[in-house]
Amino acid sequence: MTEHRPERYPGYDVLTKRHSPSWNDKTREVIDERLKTPREPRFFNVHELETVRAIAARVTPQPAHRPPIPVAELVDHKLHIDRQDGYRAPDMPREREAWQRGIEALDAESQAAHGRAFRELASAEQDALLRRMEQGELHDSSWGGMPSKTFFNQRLLTDIVDAYWSYPTAWSEMGYGGPASPRGYVRMGYDERDPWEPAQARDDGAAAARRINQRIR
Amino acid sequence: MPDDPFNEPRGLDGRAPDVFRPGAWMPMRQFRDDDEVDFVIVGTGAGGGTLACRLAEAGFTVVALDAGPWFRPLEDFASDEAEQTKLYWTDDRISTGGNPVQLGSNNSGKAVGGSTVHFAMVSLRFRPEWFKSRTLLGYGADWPIDWREMWGYYREVEEALSISGPVNYPWGPKRPRYPYRAHELNAAALALAEGCEALGIPWTETPLATLSAPRGRAHPCVYRGFCLTGCSTNAKQSALITWIPRAVAAGAEVRDLAMAGRIEVKQAEGHPHRGAVATGSGDRAVGVHYLREGRWRFQRARHVVVAGYAIETPRLLLNSATARHPHGLANSSGLVGKYFTVQANQAVWGLSDREIRSYKGPPSLALTEHWNYCDAKDFFGGYCYMSQGPLPQLWARVQSTNRGLWGERLMRAMRDYNHQVGLKIVGEFLELASNRVTLADETDQYGLPIPRVEYTWCDNDKALIGHALAFMRRALEAIGATDIWEQEDDTCHMAGTCRMGDDPRTSVVDADCRSWDIRNLFVCDGSVFPTTGGVNPSLTIQALACRTADRVRALAARGEL
Repeated sequence: MTEHRPERYPGYDVLTKRHSPSWNDKTREVIDERLKTPREPRFFNVHELETVRAIAARVTPQPAHRPPIPVAELVDHKLHIDRQDGYRAPDMPREREAWQRGIEALDAESQAAHGRAFRELASAEQDALLRRMEQGELHDSSWGGMPSKTFFNQRLLTDIVDAYWSYPTAWSEMGYGGPASPRGYVRMGYDERDPWEPAQARDDGAAAARRINQRIR
Repeated sequence: MPDDPFNEPRGLDGRAPDVFRPGAWMPMRQFRDDDEVDFVIVGTGAGGGTLACRLAEAGFTVVALDAGPWFRPLEDFASDEAEQTKLYWTDDRISTGGNPVQLGSNNSGKAVGGSTVHFAMVSLRFRPEWFKSRTLLGYGADWPIDWREMWGYYREVEEALSISGPVNYPWGPKRPRYPYRAHELNAAALALAEGCEALGIPWTETPLATLSAPRGRAHPCVYRGFCLTGCSTNAKQSALITWIPRAVAAGAEVRDLAMAGRIEVKQAEGHPHRGAVATGSGDRAVGVHYLREGRWRFQRARHVVVAGYAIETPRLLLNSATARHPHGLANSSGLVGKYFTVQANQAVWGLSDREIRSYKGPPSLALTEHWNYCDAKDFFGGYCYMSQGPLPQLWARVQSTNRGLWGERLMRAMRDYNHQVGLKIVGEFLELASNRVTLADETDQYGLPIPRVEYTWCDNDKALIGHALAFMRRALEAIGATDIWEQEDDTCHMAGTCRMGDDPRTSVVDADCRSWDIRNLFVCDGSVFPTTGGVNPSLTIQALACRTADRVRALAARGEL
């Protein structure tokens, strides 16, 4: 659940451009597959997935009025195909092991502090634990020498944020033009938009912007 | 049934992909591994790709190996950041030190065409004095090359890539007009220009390696803004669509999905090779062991060129150690892997009440080199700064992992995406021998020891960063930006790990990029830079490769190769 934020680009959906010159075959192939990300985990076990869902709800809270971006499932997919950054600190294990250890450690910390698993805590308690992780203040033995601060920044935050903003819903929300090949952009100046870009709602109401955005192809 | 460029080599059976026509092929000469070719080149990026082309066009027999895939941009590239991480070197590496460097998507490509497939196309010449930094400016090291020679090679590369640039370039000695006209400015670039004018310093349209007019079978830039994730329209003049097709047309063979593991060296028989200087040297490189299609092979060659950029090049030399070369090849100076140097890439960001929508067009359409040419500073070195246009995933990473936002604060900040405006530097860090690439104990998927990269900023680096952040903040304030914040930890590019010099005790290669110890072993990439300057390195790497090719021709003609 998240605070109410009026939509800045009401009625805009990048997916309406799927068959426009802004999308090429490869883009359609890739985004279609992302939209079909399985809801059953293939890397995490069920409990781990639930925990990642709980973490994602705190890191990238989503409005209830639309279908959620499957952040935890996207992180699961990344680990399933073992996509890696290509570098790590010496005291950091690689992506898959880092996540498994991090989730186990977070639950151990949660048990120690509240007698319950992380996913069962109230959101304020979850935020407090995540903040302590971010500050490097979690030292349970199950971290196994992996610094909680590094795990938070390089894995938890990075992978959850990457997952959220890899999804078309996020692009629509932020008023991003989205895929653009071979049709790119013509009007690049201040306060300029091409007809296939979203219009921003003005202070005097969203109706005009909504009308424009619903017609975008 | 489309092929799989990650598992099935495309440079095979006498043909290479024709990157200008979907599904099409061009004929490619094919050598046998036991043909002793004139040159085997490891890496096909700004250094190796350029050199392969120029050597082949000069009539030498060339085999170029690349660990990465041979992409067909028109078909393989999606408008999607997550998908396009396939362009980067994401094999395991350790990064450590006081200020660990981000690798992977930040500065390491893995593809035929190397890092030029994902680069930002900023094509700048060195300030002439930088070639004699120590003598003229009192810091760093002198290059053993005169700037006037490089000026000619810069021109050659600018012509070869049809660089789109301004009519008059505000800094440095007069240069000819850029081959193609400059690109128009997007709002982010206009914001940089207005800030510079408010502060009374010059600015310019950025000279860019992306077309502003048609060229051959390549189309002008459509301003789609996905440059850093690969150009799907072939406007970007990467090595993949410029030097490589020329190289193949001239008779070079390029082998993709070919990971070099070891350079083989043979002991000198009788007298040392002409020009050898170190004890135990006079040895010759005789070829390269590489893994392709699941088995190790050996390509024989009269000369070996290493062009894997500043981490993979020293790694290969170190991994090629033998009993006679216990510290790796070409390493009598002990400097292979040392002086690893990145460039400062700090930024300042703010919000405009106007819509910027900076995702349109190349990320850096305007820049200023004022602080590269003005020496009224209390630190050594210089920096340029340029406008920015981060795509959503990258921007979200910056807002979270750099700025520290998550939860509601992050979601609120991301809503302002279309109003964000930023300025980012490419700045000169000083070379320290303590910043280095060594071999770690872990091995990669090929069974090779992985690189360990250590980096710590020095006081001069911090002074440069402080100056740049303060100045860019003023520039944003001058245009009325609000909510200004500083991104303090970011670096870009790499250099220095096989430094060039005129003394074999203090350098790895000479001015011809030839290693002192093994005279038929060359390095042709950013590893040879003794200093980085305050500009993006790609133009200088390509210019050096053109010079090296000319030197090879001259030496060969005199029988000195």
